Amino acid sequence: MPRIVRRERLVPNIHLLEVEAPEIASKCRAGQFVIVMPDARGERIPLTIADWDRDRGTVVCVFMAVGTTTRKLALLRGGDDIPIFAGPLGLPSEIRPFGTVLCAGGCFGIAAIHPLVRALKEAGNRVLVLVDVKAGYLLYWEDKLRALADEFIVSSRDGTYHSTDYVPRRVREVLERERVDRIHAVGCTYLMSSVAEATRPSGVRTMVSLNPIMVDGTGMCGACRVTVDGKTKFACVDGPDFDGHLVDWNELYARRKSYFDDEIRSLCAWEEENFP
Amino acid sequence: MSDELTPSLKAELLAEFEKDWRKELRRTVPAKERMKTSRRPMPERPPDVRNKDFDEVNLGLGPEEAVEEARRCLDCAKPGCVAGCPVRIDIPSFIKLIEKGDFAASAAKIREANSLPAVCGRVCPQETQCEETCNLRKASGVPVAIGNLERFVSDFERRKGGIDLPEMAPPSGRKAAVVGAGPAGLTVAGELAKHGHRVTVFEALHEAGGVLIYGIPEFRLPKSILQAEVAYLESLGVEFRMNFIVGKTATVDDLRHEGYEVVFIGTGAGLPNFMKIPGENLVGVYSANEYLTRVNLMRAYDFPRYDTPVFPGRQAAVIGGGNVAMDSVRTAKRLGAEKAVIIYRRSRTEMPARVEEVHHAEQEGVEFHFLTVPTRYIGDDHGRVRAMECLRMELGEPDDSGRRRPVPVPGSEFITEVDLVVVAIGQSPNPLIPQTTPGLSVGKWGTIEVDWETMATSLPGVFSGGDIVRGGATVILAMGDARVAATAMDRRLKAGSAGRDQT
Repeated sequence: MPRIVRRERLVPNIHLLEVEAPEIASKCRAGQFVIVMPDARGERIPLTIADWDRDRGTVVCVFMAVGTTTRKLALLRGGDDIPIFAGPLGLPSEIRPFGTVLCAGGCFGIAAIHPLVRALKEAGNRVLVLVDVKAGYLLYWEDKLRALADEFIVSSRDGTYHSTDYVPRRVREVLERERVDRIHAVGCTYLMSSVAEATRPSGVRTMVSLNPIMVDGTGMCGACRVTVDGKTKFACVDGPDFDGHLVDWNELYARRKSYFDDEIRSLCAWEEENFP
Repeated sequence: MSDELTPSLKAELLAEFEKDWRKELRRTVPAKERMKTSRRPMPERPPDVRNKDFDEVNLGLGPEEAVEEARRCLDCAKPGCVAGCPVRIDIPSFIKLIEKGDFAASAAKIREANSLPAVCGRVCPQETQCEETCNLRKASGVPVAIGNLERFVSDFERRKGGIDLPEMAPPSGRKAAVVGAGPAGLTVAGELAKHGHRVTVFEALHEAGGVLIYGIPEFRLPKSILQAEVAYLESLGVEFRMNFIVGKTATVDDLRHEGYEVVFIGTGAGLPNFMKIPGENLVGVYSANEYLTRVNLMRAYDFPRYDTPVFPGRQAAVIGGGNVAMDSVRTAKRLGAEKAVIIYRRSRTEMPARVEEVHHAEQEGVEFHFLTVPTRYIGDDHGRVRAMECLRMELGEPDDSGRRRPVPVPGSEFITEVDLVVVAIGQSPNPLIPQTTPGLSVGKWGTIEVDWETMATSLPGVFSGGDIVRGGATVILAMGDARVAATAMDRRLKAGSAGRDQT
């Protein structure tokens, strides 16, 4: 079983997981994900790969503790085994010299855009990084991203970073200010759909890394069906990156909420069992 | 599969047939006597009890019943049954060993040709294979219950405290990779291990078995049986690397570079088909693969003790008429559906499901709507399925498959309420390996192309079999392919570097 090197709370509710997975570390590329299961009775969930160290053979994921699976993950420690850490899955993000690229991330997506920013820089792009946080104290990996980015913008709704705007307005500001050739948005469905709507009038190609519910992650089950440009795609094998202007967001919202009641039931049962 | 037995197999069967104890048995009970007894029915749990839980439906024959059933076998000089078996089990020998009371020897006899007998005894469509070609069926209409007997001896073998190790060849020092731990992969692994090769099985999921673990439900094939088979392969020295997605974690080329001289690709038909009709992505519409994977592999039937949920569904509709459809609809019933319906576009006679599965489903309260197809699904305000529109069909002229083609009856649309839909209309080959393996020839439907004599692919040293080659068939046909492939792979490994470019 893969061994956890470290599990660390980055900011409240957001955790980092570094796992010994030499094969994945040697193969993974920006935009890919792993399927993770925290224990033998757990659920399989996808997590975007946020970083890797090919020499040490480790892979890093960052996640927000929301449901049973992520809470279980948040309780794991360095030295623990994790039953499933499989990948790298999905197609890598398209990396080319586009010109100027704006990468927007929120929540776990702040970490998830990191490999993307790195790869886009290596390909010779000017990369603007825009991260969204609810409040200043929820910002993490600032140093890591600042070191790579040509410009680093924070939109924080508590005013810590001189503005109380949500991310779409900051995206529009950038677009009004200068020519942007491509946009990547990674985070919750709301952040990605908001960015896509903000850039739609400009027509700048806006890639989003979709996060539907998955089971196997290898194309076998079809749980992750999304409609893109009127066609059904499997996010796990055809994505997870899609053109945000072509995604049927309402369908994605509905499908992500498929098990809303069950998720609460599961969490209550788990809490009762573990924290009576 | 050719129905013709090879001359060497014919000779082997004859040698067993001529053995003194076989002659003695034939003499003691004359054929006329044997034909008088009727077929022992398979004991099963009552329908209104079993349709509420996931315990096994069939209970299996007891030793006396098995011996009585074995006595029905005429021990024909020219047995029809063997030609009906895709892996060519010496059926008369194993049945006569049961009659003799030597159950352990009977189990060992099956294992010579079949590495998953407890599985095949449960899920093979015997009525269209060995039991169809059984001479007793031709003579009296009711064949020997070959499948039930196979199940009996393999269960006996497992319960007596483990499966005996077969004769093993000395270690060859050569390495073989098997991709996919489904029926084909497990068979190849067992065969190559017996020949002394070092075998590693790479499996994408976290439990071995492939469709046997994620697809076929507990009530038809308990997981403990599969786990015993996997433990047996481990005792033969087979290594399992779980959560390893060949094509992603490493490519087939990577495996070759790591010293695996031969590779078997048995990745199955893991890409569910949909009908591409409106509303198919509504919440509550599943592929059979997802529905069954949630329930079987992820144990959603035990939610919230296990974390993976599944919709229970009060009014469940399953689209399709195959075994997967039957498994899905019976699962829906067990998860509490008040109404569980099969929607099938042809009529009962064209249904590809095993007769036993259809019969069991009917007993358990499943309804069948034949000559019906869904045309669209209708959602509520939350994007959940609440109804479906269907169209009635009638049978027209026969199509390519020889079955009469269903044609729509104009104006026959009707709407019915559903809150759970499972689409079980088949799978396509999983594209992960073909996409990432340069030089691998792939056919029009995404199936890997092979030389059927050896199951060799277009890449030297790379073999394939099962649903990734056939597109969607049965467990036993996958195992038949696997045996052919294992023989060729063993030959190639033994030939070593001298024969590196021949298959």
